[in-house]
Amino acid sequence: MSITVCVPQDSGALAVGADNVAAAMARLSTTSGLDLRIVRTGSRGLYWLEPLIEVQTTAGRVAYGPVTTDDLPHLLASDFLSGGAHRLRIGDVEQHPWLARQQRLTCARLGRVDPGSLADYEHHGGYDGLRVALKLTPQQVVNEVIASGLRGRGGAAFPTGIKWQTVLDQPAAHKYIACNADEGDSGTFADRMLMEGDPFSLIEGMTVAGFAVGATRGYIYLRAEYPHAHRALLRAIAVARDAGYLGADVLGGGRAFDIEVRLGAGAYICGEETSMLESLEGRRGEVRVRPPLPAVKGLFGAPTVVNNVVTLATVPVVLARGAAFYQNFGCGRSRGTIPLQLAGNIRQGGLVEVAFGLTVRELLYDYGAGAATGRPIRAVQIGGPLGAYLPESQFDTPLDYEALSDIGALLGHAGVVVFDDGVDMLEMTQQALEFCAHESCGKCTPCRIGSTRGVEIVHRIQNGAEPAAALALLDELCETLLQGSLCGLGGMTPFPVRSAIKHFPGDFHRHWSAH
Amino acid sequence: MYAIDYRDGGTPLALDAAQAAGAASVTLTIDGRSVTVAAGTSVLRAAALADVDVPKLCATDTLKAFGSCRLCLVEIEDRKGFPASCTTVVAADMKVRTRSEAIDRLRRNIVELYVSEHPLDCAGCAADNHCELQNAAQAVGVSSSRYAPLAAAASAPLKAVIDDSNPYFQFDSSLCIVCSRCVRACDEIQGTLALTIEGRGIGSRVAASQGESFLGSECVSCGACVEACPTAALSEKTIVAKGVATAATKTTCAYCGVGCAFEAETKAGAVLRMVPDRAGLANEGHACVKGRFAWGYATHADRITKPMLRERITDPWREASWDEAIAHAAARLRQIQKLHGPDSIGAITSSRCTNEETFLVQKLVRAAFGNNNVDTCARVCHSPTGYGLKQTLGESAGTQAFTSVRKADVIMIIGANPTEAHPVFASQLKRRLREGAKLIVVDPRTIDLVLTPHVRAAQHLQLRPGTNVAVMNALAHVIVTEGLVNDAYAEVRCEVASYRRWKAFVAEARNSPEATEPISGVAAPVVRAAARLYAAGPNSAIYYGLGVTEHSQGTTMVMAIANLAMATGNLGREGVGVNPLRGQNNVQGACDMGSFPHEFSGYRHVTDDVTRRSFESSWGVALRSEPGLRIPNMFEAALDGSFRGLYIQGEDIAQSDPNVTHVTAALSAMDCIVVQDLFLNETARYAHVFLPGSSFLEKDGTFTNAERRISRVRKVIEPLGGLADWEVTVRLGEALGYPMKYSHPCEIMAEIAALTPTFAAVSYEALDRLGSIQWPCNAAAPAGTPTMHVDQFVRGKGKFFVTEYVATRERSTSRYPLLLTTGRVLSQYNVGTQTRRTANTTWYSEDLLEIHPDDAETRGIVNGGWVGITSRAGETVLRAAVTRRVNRGVVYTTFHFPESGANVITTENSDWATNCPEYKVTAVEVVQVMQPAGWQQRNRAQRTAPRPATESSP
Repeated sequence: MSITVCVPQDSGALAVGADNVAAAMARLSTTSGLDLRIVRTGSRGLYWLEPLIEVQTTAGRVAYGPVTTDDLPHLLASDFLSGGAHRLRIGDVEQHPWLARQQRLTCARLGRVDPGSLADYEHHGGYDGLRVALKLTPQQVVNEVIASGLRGRGGAAFPTGIKWQTVLDQPAAHKYIACNADEGDSGTFADRMLMEGDPFSLIEGMTVAGFAVGATRGYIYLRAEYPHAHRALLRAIAVARDAGYLGADVLGGGRAFDIEVRLGAGAYICGEETSMLESLEGRRGEVRVRPPLPAVKGLFGAPTVVNNVVTLATVPVVLARGAAFYQNFGCGRSRGTIPLQLAGNIRQGGLVEVAFGLTVRELLYDYGAGAATGRPIRAVQIGGPLGAYLPESQFDTPLDYEALSDIGALLGHAGVVVFDDGVDMLEMTQQALEFCAHESCGKCTPCRIGSTRGVEIVHRIQNGAEPAAALALLDELCETLLQGSLCGLGGMTPFPVRSAIKHFPGDFHRHWSAH
Repeated sequence: MYAIDYRDGGTPLALDAAQAAGAASVTLTIDGRSVTVAAGTSVLRAAALADVDVPKLCATDTLKAFGSCRLCLVEIEDRKGFPASCTTVVAADMKVRTRSEAIDRLRRNIVELYVSEHPLDCAGCAADNHCELQNAAQAVGVSSSRYAPLAAAASAPLKAVIDDSNPYFQFDSSLCIVCSRCVRACDEIQGTLALTIEGRGIGSRVAASQGESFLGSECVSCGACVEACPTAALSEKTIVAKGVATAATKTTCAYCGVGCAFEAETKAGAVLRMVPDRAGLANEGHACVKGRFAWGYATHADRITKPMLRERITDPWREASWDEAIAHAAARLRQIQKLHGPDSIGAITSSRCTNEETFLVQKLVRAAFGNNNVDTCARVCHSPTGYGLKQTLGESAGTQAFTSVRKADVIMIIGANPTEAHPVFASQLKRRLREGAKLIVVDPRTIDLVLTPHVRAAQHLQLRPGTNVAVMNALAHVIVTEGLVNDAYAEVRCEVASYRRWKAFVAEARNSPEATEPISGVAAPVVRAAARLYAAGPNSAIYYGLGVTEHSQGTTMVMAIANLAMATGNLGREGVGVNPLRGQNNVQGACDMGSFPHEFSGYRHVTDDVTRRSFESSWGVALRSEPGLRIPNMFEAALDGSFRGLYIQGEDIAQSDPNVTHVTAALSAMDCIVVQDLFLNETARYAHVFLPGSSFLEKDGTFTNAERRISRVRKVIEPLGGLADWEVTVRLGEALGYPMKYSHPCEIMAEIAALTPTFAAVSYEALDRLGSIQWPCNAAAPAGTPTMHVDQFVRGKGKFFVTEYVATRERSTSRYPLLLTTGRVLSQYNVGTQTRRTANTTWYSEDLLEIHPDDAETRGIVNGGWVGITSRAGETVLRAAVTRRVNRGVVYTTFHFPESGANVITTENSDWATNCPEYKVTAVEVVQVMQPAGWQQRNRAQRTAPRPATESSP
């Protein structure tokens, strides 16, 4: 009887040596005559514990972490294969307070299943959603998604069902489902974890979307920086196709749907949906003017659902367990759960999927356990490089779309990056503008020229030359970017800049007094 | 830079064509002014219509709204933020504010950003006072940028690196504001997609192809980008050198049959540039490398501006006064008639000259020469079109306006190469193809349209030269036998007996695609697929060129085309039709004007007593009722001594007519040849009198394009020789004792209108008022007729003709195993008289022989090597271009350069009905050689000899 050991293959685990651990275990299996079955899973998302391995024992799964190859002899001596005691022993990871307090719906299977195994996926409730959808009319599926309150998790938070309804209502010979997997926000990784750890959930979600709106073809626009996700997706798509979950006649229901993965080429702007469509079509990634909306005229001029990975991977849960179930989570107009991604200067970083409404402080301290440096947390940036900086005084804000919007911030793709009191907010302002300058597609003038001029203004402030005039010009530039830009890249760059100036004025004035 | 007097509407008429189609009008308020516009109009255009100026840089009314400059931001009540007015569509009761403190501040800031990169150092700039950035800066009150010092400190200012590789325009990247108008013009207007933006963010830069020079890139030098440029980044070199023009005259291009409307911009009496007229209905503001740029020939040093005489063609020329030259010509012609009879002289009209000039030449022949020996160069191109369409449909002209193609679903192109020969129409065609129309190409060569960016032919019927009719019958066979005909249309609109006879004929098994496959080389399934596609339409249009007409069965093929269109109901509305693409600016007009020996103007036979009497009473002379000589008959008659005098206006028959050896023998046999031309052309070697011609820039008149559109030609500069061509003909008439009194070409047009029912309501006043007119234009259609045969065919019922395929006598043999066919390239025009005298030679400076790699290999021929081409008519030598554009067994060349002598090898075969030469099929053998042919070397030696008299005289 072999012993099953789960070793994550998630990029985050690989970065800290999971492959070495897996290889060493495989050697053990042959040299020590142990009958080990090593399963490469996704990550549970407790990144400070990676590589986190789980041993299947008679008493259930027992986790150890973070495990290095050096620990293996000692672990073996401690009989970890039977769940023996060890300083790295976590026990049942699902009982770990970090996980136990979460409400994992979208990410429920992460770390639990073999991402390449369709049987494993089905065993854990996979394809239940599609089977429900196949029994409904397209309109009923759309109604269900509308009723769930699911909103776009890519950052724009547009109601998913309403978008689908628009596409469903378009009379067109061809329609498309385009999955935005160009996850480029700093400190975000939920899309990647899902694609690496549970790719079938995305495939199922896209298939449901296809049925709902009448599309027969889906594209996943994947950033090239995610090679492991690429491999996982290609394998899962092939498996799904072989099993009849994709193809000309999905599950014998007479409806066709198939998926193609296309790789990006390293442009942040291609995560903006219209640039992504341009890039998918093989053109230079440049923002399109809206209207027409992609739902009306999107990929190759056809009505197109553009949804983020998390959004689409959530769809099976909504269908399988019902709109009411999903809608029951959350608060206000932010319904369901949100996979928060905690990163930066934080002791316990990782994936926190909870119902909307957790406060920033709870996330930072109850989950994150404070800054990794042990110093006070001075600021957090939520929603990627274009998100606002929050000072400590705003840490009691609930993490939902409206509450953040009310304080001039945004949730975005729900990445939370933490800074301790060593941070120089003028430098962060410079970085925000440099990011905009580097990633600007070059189409609209405020972003194309303004971002570079903004960086130059910050240099001027740093040099202490006419700081008041420079700050005034920077503010005017922010107004021009905000009101004048064609898309969110230029339009949101003022968020980090203005929030930094507003909440951390001292960092901007320090250089004046020096001169 | 726009035409100097152009007012830009900002965006095209409607942002969304579909929306505009169902267009109700919408009333909105802009800055308190109520304005009513078509649904689908942009707020920016609505503002322009309300005379509200909204600053803008990336928007222009020839391109789709792009929304990148962000200068045209406005405020709209109940909408948040500042939407760009170019990309925002009007809505009922919308309230727009184009000015507010916030808007003004945003605009100033945006202009400051531009100016930080592109300082307003306007003095001395080619675009000064015509620069849109300069205007925008003035409009928003910015003269400098607070950002500029930062930019200067951070990075070196943009260095002027000028790409002047193109002979006509230059690109100065440092003046570029990256508005993408050039890139979009190349994409949307021209459809070549040669330009792009390289890099991203502030590093974004306009680039030609992949970082190449403009000349080295895929650019076809149409100039759309230059015109679209709001600054001096892309500028005509003439403007850079001489500054912006001060006056503009609307006129019509003198190159191909598209007939583009232009504004000729001048300064100090000299042409500075040609700008396509956006109001022009044939071209809608587009142009090509010839029309826009290649007009320098008009003032080329080779122009002959003084009349010249000589006794014998071996004598040197001597200059003469107009009076002497014309008196001499008249005396010689009269003397010939006295000695050899009234029919011993004749004239050839030119498709390059105006309608009025052409009309006068044929009038001169019929009234003053007293015979009908007038023919035109259309003889050698589209005469089968005139005859074939007259017989079947009842009118010798194309059935549609060019814009009709926008409604076509299936487009069949037969024996035409629009991207090279009719580039401005090709751009419109490609736009329609990019929108999803299906394309069928019938051509022995893989022309560009078969596969070009964003265009791919659904079917390419790559037939063997000379087998057109067989392929057409096979297409018809499929349509008839598969029941794809439109009986409801054909049985009502056409002569039923002829229709049924035709159906029975094409249904015969010998006309099936399977039976014709061995003849044409086109696989039967390809023919079947094409036939089904054409029949499915619902709007199927045929466009064809000389690859149809210049065959021994040219007329049969034209009839076969008309048959197919009638049988499928594809005539009489927009989006369909039979459309000959005319090669020259006024082929249609020259034919309309009675240039053929058997027809008066409006295609009325000389035997028609009523018509003839109307001319007799107007002209005050008795006219002959028997048709005169066609051009080939003139040559025959010259060789047998009965035809001895010829007046040739603007045609180079010694280069353009087939079997040149035969032609020059005939010319050498004549006693008096009067050549009227811009240059001492090949024919002038055989002339006794040379009369200086005038270019299209030097005279008033009209041209009629391929869509029957009559457009005004207006005098831009004074005639270099002192007289316009029509004045020369008037003087010649006077000298012959037949005075023709006209003080202006408008009086000639009045006479044409009075004598020609299809022109009855045409006048210069009407042309000025309407811009241009498509004939028929008369009491029934005072504004002209864009689409013909709408309710019934001109001849009443359409008539089907049985089109039996008869193989040409010209076929490949063991001695001449290859078939030679001919065509044009984009940069050169016909026999090159004009384009060879421009910088267009940069792109194409000699004719090349295209040959398939397999045929080349078996003959040891390499790319660029000399090859000898021999037919039963003659031999010549060209350089080889080894390419798969041609099939095995087929070779191809152009005929732009006299030293190539493509027509030395073409034969005397011709169309059975019209004598149109069979240029498109000549059996040849090709061998590797070391040097040009003997006649070419002799010609070259002659050409390099100094030209006598003209240049040395004061």
